[in-house]
Amino acid sequence: MSRHSREHQGAVRFLLDGQLVCERAVPCTMTVLEYLREIRHRTGTKEGCAEGDCGACTVVLGELAADGSRIEYRAINSCIRFLPTIDGQELLTVESLQDPDGALHPVQQAMVDCHGSQCGFCTPGFVMSLFALYLDDPHPAREQVTQALSGNLCRCTGYRPIIEAGLRMGDYPRPARWHRDAPTDPQRVAALQGLRRQEPLRLQGFFAPHTVDELAAALTDAPGAQLLAGGTDVGLWVTKQLRELPDLIYVSAVEELRQVRRDDTGIRIGAAVTLAEAWRVLAGAWSGLAQMARRFASPPIRNSGTLCGNLANGSPIGDGLPVLIALGAQIELRSGAQTRWLSLEQWYLGYQKKDLRPGEFLVSVQVPPPDPRTWVAAYKLSKRSDQDISAVALGAALRVEAGVVREVRLAFGGMAGIARRAEAAEKALTGAAWTASAAEAAALALRQDFQPLGDMRASSAYRLEAAGNLLRRLYVEHSGAGPVRVDALGPV
Amino acid sequence: MSSAPRHESAHLHVSGRAHYADDIALPSGTLHAAFGKSGIAHGRIVRLDLAPVITLPGVVVATADDVPGDNNYSGSAHDDPIFAQDRVQYAGQPLFAVAAATHAAARRAARLVRIECEPLAALLDIRAALAAGSYVLPSRSLTRGCPREVLERAPYRLSGTVVLGGQDHFYLEGQIAIAVPQEDGGMLVHSSTQHPSEVQHVVAHALGRPLHLVTVQCRRMGGGFGGKETQPALIASAAAVLAHKAGRPVKLRLDRDDDMLMTGKRHDFLADYEVGFDADGRILALTVMLASRCGYSADLSGPVNDRAVLHIDNAYWLEHVEVVSHRCRTHTVSNTAFRGFGAPQGMVVIEQVLDEVARRLRLDPLAVRRRNLYGSKERNVTPYGQVVEGNLLQPIIDEVARSSDYAGRRERIAAWNATGPVIRRGIALSPVKFGISFTATQFNQAGALVNVYTDGTVLLNHGGTEMGQGLFTKVAQVVARELGLPLSAVRVSATDTSVVPNTSATAASSGSDLNGKAAQAAACAIRERLARFAGLTFGVAAEQVRFHDGQVRAGDTVLGFGELADRAHRARVPLSSTGYYRTPRIEWNNTAMSGRPFFYFAYGAAVSEVAVDTLTGEFRLLNVDILHDVGCSLNEAIDMGQIEGGFLQGVGWLTSEELWWDAQGCLRTHAPSTYKIPTASDWPQRATVRLFEGHPNHEDTIYQSKAVGEPPFMLAISVLLAIKDAVASCGDGAAGMDLCAPATPEAVLRAIRSLQSSASGSGFT
Repeated sequence: MSRHSREHQGAVRFLLDGQLVCERAVPCTMTVLEYLREIRHRTGTKEGCAEGDCGACTVVLGELAADGSRIEYRAINSCIRFLPTIDGQELLTVESLQDPDGALHPVQQAMVDCHGSQCGFCTPGFVMSLFALYLDDPHPAREQVTQALSGNLCRCTGYRPIIEAGLRMGDYPRPARWHRDAPTDPQRVAALQGLRRQEPLRLQGFFAPHTVDELAAALTDAPGAQLLAGGTDVGLWVTKQLRELPDLIYVSAVEELRQVRRDDTGIRIGAAVTLAEAWRVLAGAWSGLAQMARRFASPPIRNSGTLCGNLANGSPIGDGLPVLIALGAQIELRSGAQTRWLSLEQWYLGYQKKDLRPGEFLVSVQVPPPDPRTWVAAYKLSKRSDQDISAVALGAALRVEAGVVREVRLAFGGMAGIARRAEAAEKALTGAAWTASAAEAAALALRQDFQPLGDMRASSAYRLEAAGNLLRRLYVEHSGAGPVRVDALGPV
Repeated sequence: MSSAPRHESAHLHVSGRAHYADDIALPSGTLHAAFGKSGIAHGRIVRLDLAPVITLPGVVVATADDVPGDNNYSGSAHDDPIFAQDRVQYAGQPLFAVAAATHAAARRAARLVRIECEPLAALLDIRAALAAGSYVLPSRSLTRGCPREVLERAPYRLSGTVVLGGQDHFYLEGQIAIAVPQEDGGMLVHSSTQHPSEVQHVVAHALGRPLHLVTVQCRRMGGGFGGKETQPALIASAAAVLAHKAGRPVKLRLDRDDDMLMTGKRHDFLADYEVGFDADGRILALTVMLASRCGYSADLSGPVNDRAVLHIDNAYWLEHVEVVSHRCRTHTVSNTAFRGFGAPQGMVVIEQVLDEVARRLRLDPLAVRRRNLYGSKERNVTPYGQVVEGNLLQPIIDEVARSSDYAGRRERIAAWNATGPVIRRGIALSPVKFGISFTATQFNQAGALVNVYTDGTVLLNHGGTEMGQGLFTKVAQVVARELGLPLSAVRVSATDTSVVPNTSATAASSGSDLNGKAAQAAACAIRERLARFAGLTFGVAAEQVRFHDGQVRAGDTVLGFGELADRAHRARVPLSSTGYYRTPRIEWNNTAMSGRPFFYFAYGAAVSEVAVDTLTGEFRLLNVDILHDVGCSLNEAIDMGQIEGGFLQGVGWLTSEELWWDAQGCLRTHAPSTYKIPTASDWPQRATVRLFEGHPNHEDTIYQSKAVGEPPFMLAISVLLAIKDAVASCGDGAAGMDLCAPATPEAVLRAIRSLQSSASGSGFT
């Protein structure tokens, strides 16, 4: 170990406005937002909710792509992201964007010219979400803009002028610093390459192993430690529940866990693969998942959180669960040197109970390759279209041959203490002629499968009725008998 | 892109350099605070065990016993304790506050206090309160004509119930105050407030000090919408009590969950109505029982409910009408002002009634609306006796119906629905007529201070507050125009009770009407002095001195405004002036509920088109056409922003924003994860929003403009009606429909089911 790396092993290092920042004295659960506002007195980034749901705290993180050739800049919620997790990355805030002469960045200028701010409190977050989009595509289509903004709440404008700013930001002259070529700027790339660690980051209460073996050993040594990936749930334990966390083992520095591998056995998604990447891959393989991919949380959450985190959290209202159960996913669990495989649906034993042994952790989730004979759909019901938690979610895989249902997997979220398959409904369908009355029978059979609870998202009665209707929708959509989704229509 | 002047802080907003209260650099030694709250809706406080907290080093705790003056933050009925004493009256009510070195430490410490309460029976909703006769204020009624007799004789009659949910303000910046002790017993308070003077009063009374010792400042809020009219007094007074006790500055910033649990919201309403009408759908008589959930205390519930009564007519002539209004006391958070201030609830009722009437008669709802509109010469007196002057309803409705092709689209939608698809479409047009002025007459006044400096720059201060609505920009435009200066020469400073005293709340859409006129008066006074001075100096009549584009022309002499200001100062001409304004022509007998409460009305109309999924109850807003009256716009971009933003906020209220309390009376939707305001993709893919041009305000308002803050909110009623229109296609077209707001997927599906089952049942006509 060089003297240099030994010095920095116990400090979080990242770039801020091109300057190397080295922090060794901050608590490992300090959020990036708290750090910016309280330690750096950079108050442009705002706290609106401290739970990753309003976007006022949006900042952009730059991270070296796997091949090291370019930097991927992504919007994230700084309010629930712990500071040590940005080690080795570049942090950009709303204060970072202006040209050296003080000229506003095109995103900022477009927001001014389109009258995109009123009270202004949400504005820095919108600017940063648009900025991440700008680096990716300065001339986006409307749908890209509304998508990029779906994690940012504005209570004043009605969004029209902000959307307009997003559509116009590419019309402005190229800024001096943050233009489209910035992600491949050799100096920036070199600066981040210079932050790569030989040895894992180790802080008081925080360890970021580099290999799965190191991770397994660390968890064996400290079975009470808490695994941390994107922190989109664990962050709230600190900001909302004010919990003192046990030692943290951070999985996202393990390169191997950041991989998506495809072969003839299927698609394998590592534990540290972000939701954004995982849903891109899944929706690429199954077009019926595109809407779910778009409506799952928000871009800043998807850029931080991981699919495996969603599965491991095991909430019955996590949208990843019904979809992956329907796809027939297997999970890879590791404990010490032992690895075992389990079908995902077998992992969930009861509300907040999993078949997970002490010292064991989720390494990857694997789904079988797409089968052209199988039709896959995913439906989500919530009060709001974007960035909401499902009242009911359905993942469905259906193989119909010669008008007969040969195989069907129907997995529901929001209907029980765990996400699980609707066995009675599946049984009603399997081997039956695929008709409206078969869907009807399956919808009725759901009443044997589920007795859902009622809560603030929906009553028990609505969940049961709507879940049945999703099976009716499945039939209408599969048979192509007309539009079944409200967002498929334009005005008359 | 509009070329109208930009928001005065736009460049600061986009670069993160606009300072909100939480961004103010704090004096060293500042403590951070958090509240301790009740976990139950109603109970007797048995014991508040502070022992685990007071032993912590550097922690200061305040309870009711630590309030040196009056433990109350209500500006109206003296029924809002800063810290609950003896009894808790809603889940979330503050019992104490803790100050510590950091925000997190204070929040942790607050959770250590052991609160012991003996639970008492709680009234949680409107029906329960009505049954128990539990009210925060006496019920009121407004009657015109002989509604009951006419109802008896009416050829057609309908009765029904309208249920309307409340709404959280969800300003992006939560409630916050910083109290900084000053010398000689003074207290400086930075507060995110629409009503600095009320904060000043409450803090002074809580500390037991005269008003001149308390100064309240607010440069800007990160959104208000009515939620920062009375509520900030709680935050500020608790911070001041802690600061007083600790002898150090205290910052009290509410976490989002605390904010949503502790602060009042839009009143939810219930209305039972009975309407008599003729075969053309003309309303002959209407009786309405309005009841609202006020929560545990009065707050602004009196005037909110009054405004609901005064807007039960919306745009329509009601010859025989009776409205009874109950202000229900419940063991829930005390509801408060929210954009529209009761009017939206009243207006939804009449719009739902007209819809039901139209459906019953199988008429186009728009035709029924038109038949019931106020006239210009007759049928033009409101139930409370104000003549509707300057009525623009007819031309606005005609124009937006034409430009949106309402009739053609209604036909195409009927054809689409006739094939029985899963996704149904619906369309609706609804108008808005909204009365401008505070119904409490005393609030209809404002003051301003304009300082001209010797370089010709201007500093403006007025009693209004900036919450994003663009008030500072508009008032600066007024001053720039009066002094013939570029807008950049005028700067607006923070609202400050020590600069302009005894101010009204920035509320009731009145900000630019009141403060614009007050600032105009101040600027004119200075301009007249300067004109007199220039006239004398350059030998021309004062009236011939012209101020334009930063230049002053006096006969053949042209000089810069700054040069004139400098010369005037040397000649001992004062360059500072206050200005004052009070709204003319209003007179209101609050007891009789009659008179002219409103200086004028603002008008508008919207056509909304939706798609509804009959399997799930989900909906999308696909298209909206809005035409809205702002008189002569002071700033078209800002006015458009108010219209669009108000509209979508209204859409949220009526569709996705659901406040949900559990059976124990605990609010379970207290964060954005569970409480869903609209996002960017909820703005319709097609939207045509226009100002109704060529119609200056017929009253003498600032440059003949009209207020715009609240009226557009109610354009969103068209969306609820369009959803109902789509749902109605699932039944036989003439059946009554109970679609509650918010029209969540669940509520919509329930309405569809009830129509389908009634259509398949026998004998319903």
